[in-house]
Amino acid sequence: MGLEIQVQVNGKNYQSEIEPRLLLVHYLREVLGLTGTHVGCETSLCGACTVLVDGRAVKSCTMLAVQADGSEITTIEGLTATPEAAGGLHPVQEGFWEKHGLQCGYCTPGMILSAVQLLRDNPSPTEAEIRHAIAGNLCRCTGYQHIVEAVEYAAKKLRSRKR
Amino acid sequence: MATATKKYVGKPLKRKEDPRLVQGIAHYVDDLTLPGMLHMGVVRSPYAHARIRGIDTTKARSAPGVAAVLTAEDLAGAIGPVPCAAQIPDMKAAPRPVLATGEVRFAGEGVAVVVANSPYTLRDAMELVDVDYDPLPVVVDPEKAVRKDAPRVHEELSDNAAYRWELEGGDVKKAFKQAERVVKLRMTNQRLVPMAMEGRGVLAQYDRGDQRLTLWSSSQIPHILRTQIAAMLNFPEYGVYVVVPEVGGGFGSKLNVYPEEALACYLAMKLGKPVKWTEGRRENFLATIHGRDEICDMEFAVKRDGTLLGMRAKIFADLGAYYQLLTPLIPTLTGLMICGCYKLPNVRVEITGVLTNKMSTDAYRGAGRPEATYFIERGMDAVAAELKIDPAELRRKNFPKPEDFPYATATGLIYDTANYQGAMELALKQAEYKKLRREQAAARKKGRLLGIGVASYVEICALGPSSAMPAGGWESATVRIEPTGRVRVLTGSSPHGQGEETSFAQIAADMLGVTMDDVIIVHGDTSAVPYGIGTFGSRTLAVGGTAMYRCLENLRDKLLKIAGHLLEEDPAKLVLRDKRIVSKRDPKKSLPFGEAVAAAYTAKSLPPGLEPGLEATNFFEPSNFTFPFGTHVAVVEVDRETGDVKLLKYVAADDCGNVINPLLVEGQLQGGIVQSIGQVFFEEAVYDEQGQLISGELTDYALPHAADIPRIETYHTVTPTPVNPMGVKGVGEAGTIGATPTLVNAVVDALAHLGVRHMDMPLKRERVWQTIQEATGGSAGKARKAR
Ligand code: FES
Ligand code: FES
Repeated sequence: MGLEIQVQVNGKNYQSEIEPRLLLVHYLREVLGLTGTHVGCETSLCGACTVLVDGRAVKSCTMLAVQADGSEITTIEGLTATPEAAGGLHPVQEGFWEKHGLQCGYCTPGMILSAVQLLRDNPSPTEAEIRHAIAGNLCRCTGYQHIVEAVEYAAKKLRSRKR
Repeated sequence: MATATKKYVGKPLKRKEDPRLVQGIAHYVDDLTLPGMLHMGVVRSPYAHARIRGIDTTKARSAPGVAAVLTAEDLAGAIGPVPCAAQIPDMKAAPRPVLATGEVRFAGEGVAVVVANSPYTLRDAMELVDVDYDPLPVVVDPEKAVRKDAPRVHEELSDNAAYRWELEGGDVKKAFKQAERVVKLRMTNQRLVPMAMEGRGVLAQYDRGDQRLTLWSSSQIPHILRTQIAAMLNFPEYGVYVVVPEVGGGFGSKLNVYPEEALACYLAMKLGKPVKWTEGRRENFLATIHGRDEICDMEFAVKRDGTLLGMRAKIFADLGAYYQLLTPLIPTLTGLMICGCYKLPNVRVEITGVLTNKMSTDAYRGAGRPEATYFIERGMDAVAAELKIDPAELRRKNFPKPEDFPYATATGLIYDTANYQGAMELALKQAEYKKLRREQAAARKKGRLLGIGVASYVEICALGPSSAMPAGGWESATVRIEPTGRVRVLTGSSPHGQGEETSFAQIAADMLGVTMDDVIIVHGDTSAVPYGIGTFGSRTLAVGGTAMYRCLENLRDKLLKIAGHLLEEDPAKLVLRDKRIVSKRDPKKSLPFGEAVAAAYTAKSLPPGLEPGLEATNFFEPSNFTFPFGTHVAVVEVDRETGDVKLLKYVAADDCGNVINPLLVEGQLQGGIVQSIGQVFFEEAVYDEQGQLISGELTDYALPHAADIPRIETYHTVTPTPVNPMGVKGVGEAGTIGATPTLVNAVVDALAHLGVRHMDMPLKRERVWQTIQEATGGSAGKARKAR
């Protein structure tokens, strides 16, 4: 019943034999022990489980692990190793810290990864574009305003580096 | 505040807890794994009310990977019912068994548990549990539920009215006799789902050798949970260890003791292996407490000039099928706070707590106070409309003045201190209220539906004096300055996003003259911290923080005595600053902080009679609650064609006393206001006639998302409370309490000139559109009336 997959997660290669029905989020959390990716609903409605699969923000509860075979995945734990992080926190992580973009922190990893993708696609988003880009990620604590400010902070920092 | 220096307190500092959270290296319960761990699942009733004829577990038991299947019959009373700490005179008993016994009384009630070696095999095995139900009549409407012929939720009770609670202050009859006008309004504060983004989660482990039961739980009340688990399992409390790791939001929903916590403990002991249970979102909808759900008929006796003479409120509170920890108590908080921030000398409140075939209601962000504020603030707008007085002017007229405080309400509370008008004028000014009214008049002429909502609130925080709390209202702290000079604060408060590791460290660092990095705040581990009450009711800083503050005062004085002895200086002339203890009159006389600390431990040259060590414990008992207040203003535009409401502007002026960290206060307000936007426009837990929760998925129960929300402007006045030495009041619920009536007032105001007096939440497009149609005699309105 096991199927073999090969994935690269946060720069490391993994080869695993898994049940075909195993969700990607459970593969990351339970097989690889990367528990920074959270589960808030399992029905693709909250965004807590968002990771980057081949550079695209994906809700990892909507994807089977076998569908990720051959992919490159970045989870929240791998963000400090991306070039944008330049050896420290990723500017989006830093923005969340600076601007109080989190309270309980449960939605945060998914929010951050959605924002990372936004800023890769659109380095100078307007407030409305930021709000739209994270509309698939629910947060019950912050009321979103500080999250928007966190993303604005990160955008500014990333832009200033490119100059 | 009597700190040595103010390097940190009052500053918008970023949080100490965030680095681990933004990197995904913090641990919530579901992130924990123990060797040999098994997974527990709860088989839940699809019926709201049914007799259980039989449960066939044979297939499930023999399924691969299954370690145990358990029903109430198997338990044979080994676990006591879910505890309820609330006692109301003549209240009927409605305890919740950990697994349904004979009958199920709400859809989602647990009937069996299955334990298996992986979450996936668990799900397969749960399908195999075969329950034979005999459906019984269902009751969902609390007003119908109290009729004589209504089906009973609990067969053994005479009816579904769990209790009647009455409170009268002043002479209400006389007030109504003297009234020049009587204004009536009927309102609903709908049932909500708290919806912390992390559901509940439990992991239990039993060590047979030490007879030590460890329970990791996503909880707001680790110690109360420990005591209650010990009682439910009849297991010595000294053998129970509760650990609360990172908690992904609570909002009151984790201020409780749930069946799954006891069941996982029982099974871990029985099976000799760790047992984990992780709540699914659907289960969270069905079987974690709900909030609100009150219907209020309110009646005001007023003079023509707007003076309030008296008020009557008749409230039906839907309690659900069983009592959770505080279920029956919550509506009584509505009663106590029903006067709002007005001089209302004559008040009568009647509350009927009703049992229905639904999940229990209990504390959800504000717990009874948002309901009270909503009712009185909607009521004030109805009075203003009836008397044709500007709603802000009506409020201004009836506020007690700052010099009237402490102010005794007709419901028996003593409001500590306030300047209601000050906060209101600030909000009105920032919103440019007068200009808004002019714009509104102009917009109306063009047929645009612009609405301005104003609401003022007072709320009750720093819960609270033990005499007024079901299980103690004090809080504990221990502060230990370790030999290396680092400071360990152990607190009974147990946060879930509030940022107390930061705010507490700010206070401690300032009082001891060290850096915030020198301070660690430890919470949530009952084996490490002294017995505490927990985090709810904005009590963390005002009560828990004060316990810490007292410890810090004690240790500061001790350090100064030691330093005075070493420096041959009067301790009263010494201050703690920048990790030194310095003489105020001769700065050359000084000692590194670390040396004074070391002296306390080496104990070779202590002042005579002074004990070695640097540790202090305090149990702080507050003398009163605190009463934060404020005024919010909202501007909305309603689309006549679609009923769509656009929130154009939101201004909040809040007063939570002294502020330790403005950034955290801002976060609490923003989050609270957006939760209200959820209640006002989107959220409602809807049960159908069969007792099915039809808005029981995130597809049907919409939470506000980022794109729904405009920028919210926040402003502050500062009125320190005399109730605690730091003058802090609390801010956890303020946003939610202030925003709900503000927003509804705004939407009703937009339609007021069409003759609309009130609309019940949620103000979904359809409802608003329908109201407009009815008010304007539009086609849809006519069609509905003809039916
Ligand atoms: S857990 Fe994947 S979207 Fe909610
Ligand atoms: S910070 Fe708690 S859900 Fe977003």
